[in-house]
Amino acid sequence: MRARVLIRPKAGILDPQGIAVERALPALGFSGVSNVHVGRMVELDVEDAGQLDDMCRKLLANPLIEDYEIVASGA
Amino acid sequence: MKFGVIRFPGSCDDVDAQLAASRVGEAVLLWHGDRDLHGADVVIVPGGFSYGDYLRVGAIARFAPVMEEVIGFARSGGPVLGICNGFQVLCEAGLLPGALLPNVGLRFRCLQTEVEVLNADTVFTRACEPGERLSIPVKHTTGRYYVPEHELHRLEADGQVVLRYAPGENPNGSARDIAGVCNEAGNVMGLMPHPEHAVDELVGGSADGLKLFASAAVAHA
Repeated sequence: MRARVLIRPKAGILDPQGIAVERALPALGFSGVSNVHVGRMVELDVEDAGQLDDMCRKLLANPLIEDYEIVASGA
Repeated sequence: MKFGVIRFPGSCDDVDAQLAASRVGEAVLLWHGDRDLHGADVVIVPGGFSYGDYLRVGAIARFAPVMEEVIGFARSGGPVLGICNGFQVLCEAGLLPGALLPNVGLRFRCLQTEVEVLNADTVFTRACEPGERLSIPVKHTTGRYYVPEHELHRLEADGQVVLRYAPGENPNGSARDIAGVCNEAGNVMGLMPHPEHAVDELVGGSADGLKLFASAAVAHA
């Protein structure tokens, strides 16, 4: 299975990258943007999708500071 | 008295740490792929960019073969010091509480800082006085210490906050100006400043960093 893991800073933890992007957008004329957060995405093929959660907790994300979301992206 | 300094691919302060430690004892380098601490009495996890800091700082280094030995050594009371990237690795390995986040200003900070010793009763601060100020440089992009608020209270109450940036000196936005913490037992410590770069007044701005290495030697004696 092809999967995507989306990793983002936990809510409530200061995200200076998100703030920097949020401040840059109005400078380019884009208005009405808020709540910007910058994370990362890991794409992978896995034979056993049941292992994905364990992979996230042990390596792909640090659950103390990051939330993760597993998204199946087709066979 | 033998210090073992780990060398990961991407470590860059390993030799400085070895030179600093060699002023107070014997110091050898330990290869990341080697499941052997070669009889080290104290382990130092140095600064740098272990495994390229891919994925997340310290995330991959914690799975290095030598880290299995370090974790066992630390759990049985062996003294372990993590400096900068080493601090990040020890947090990822679960040997220290918390995590290091990108600096608030998103910039790489490289400057001499003043830190206060809050706990002079750990393996690595025994040669210091409580409240003493040390002048030690920092150089990092990911040094903002974070633990959840409830744990922050507990760490402070239990004396696990070992070093704090002096007022006005916090270079990265760390919670409560925290520069260094230890585990509950006090044998594992991590800090963002680089004591190994402050061991000679001629080139280090001060020789205050040497006190951390000397503390470990005193503790061992």
